[in-house]
Amino acid sequence: MKDFIRKNRLDLGLALAFGIFVLISIILPFPPGISAAKDFVDFFGEFISFIPLMFILVGLFDVWFPKELVERYIGKDAGLKGIFLVILLAMIQAGPLYGAFPVAFLLWKKGCSGRNIFIYLGAFSSFKIPLLTFEISFLGLKFTLLRTLISLPLFILIGFAMEKLLKNADFKVNDPDSINEQGGKR
Amino acid sequence: MLILSFVTVFALTLSFILNRQKTLQALKKAAKLLANLFFPFIKVLIIVSLVLMVFNKEMITSLLGEKGGGWGVVVAALVGSLSLIPGFIAFPLASLLLKLGISYMTVAVFLTTLLMVGVVTLPLEIKYFGLRASLLRNALSLGAAVLTGLMIGLVWNIL
Repeated sequence: MKDFIRKNRLDLGLALAFGIFVLISIILPFPPGISAAKDFVDFFGEFISFIPLMFILVGLFDVWFPKELVERYIGKDAGLKGIFLVILLAMIQAGPLYGAFPVAFLLWKKGCSGRNIFIYLGAFSSFKIPLLTFEISFLGLKFTLLRTLISLPLFILIGFAMEKLLKNADFKVNDPDSINEQGGKR
Repeated sequence: MLILSFVTVFALTLSFILNRQKTLQALKKAAKLLANLFFPFIKVLIIVSLVLMVFNKEMITSLLGEKGGGWGVVVAALVGSLSLIPGFIAFPLASLLLKLGISYMTVAVFLTTLLMVGVVTLPLEIKYFGLRASLLRNALSLGAAVLTGLMIGLVWNIL
């Protein structure tokens, strides 16, 4: 517990400062501060409803899929099939992009290629099914289809471009909180 | 959300039937991941709330509305990249912008940059992928997002 507090003391401090700011906003009252607090509650609701689910899937993926298997399907030599699989994986997930970073780390650790990591991130940002259904209901099928069809090839291109650009840069995905004993190595 | 819940419950049940030990191990990993990432994520949420306090809905609407044509698209790309608005706010906002008479091109650029580029989350992204890769990914995504938006705007009236 002590360790936990020490490791997160900066973030805890920020959370505390934000709490005080909100309290002052309510007392004064300072409407923009109150609306920021409301936004935070909305975001927190979104966060707490999807992140635990995502992490359970990450945990299951970690114990059930051995490295060799993942490497064969979405690794360096997986080709088109690998691209297709990471896009499919991204589509069934939910939440904002920062939730995909820990998943990207796990994929990397298991042998996913850098190219497919970035295609995964692109697909996650834009083609999640929950997002698409929301988009269709607000902006229509035509808009959603156009956006998807135009950006999909661009994402695949970005994956290839990132692979080329990072070829000599010793690219790796790190684990910022050392959740896993192996760290960023594999 | 519904799909994710369904997939998770299904996977968890299947895993539990196949192997209790492994399932427990997976849940432990999930709990550890949550404990480790809870505060870094909360930090992002606080920063986003504060950024949105400055860049509120009214301000975004007036920024995109007053400046038509080419500038509208530039402002849209800028605002879209800088802000991090979840889908459940962004899509209703986009449909409101369209109703206010803002062009499909501007709205599309705003939405695509919003989805693909994350300046607020850049510090978090750098922790995972390093400075170089994160900057490259965001720069390339910005290009792709603007291109997508422009193309949607161009073909919208033809189709």
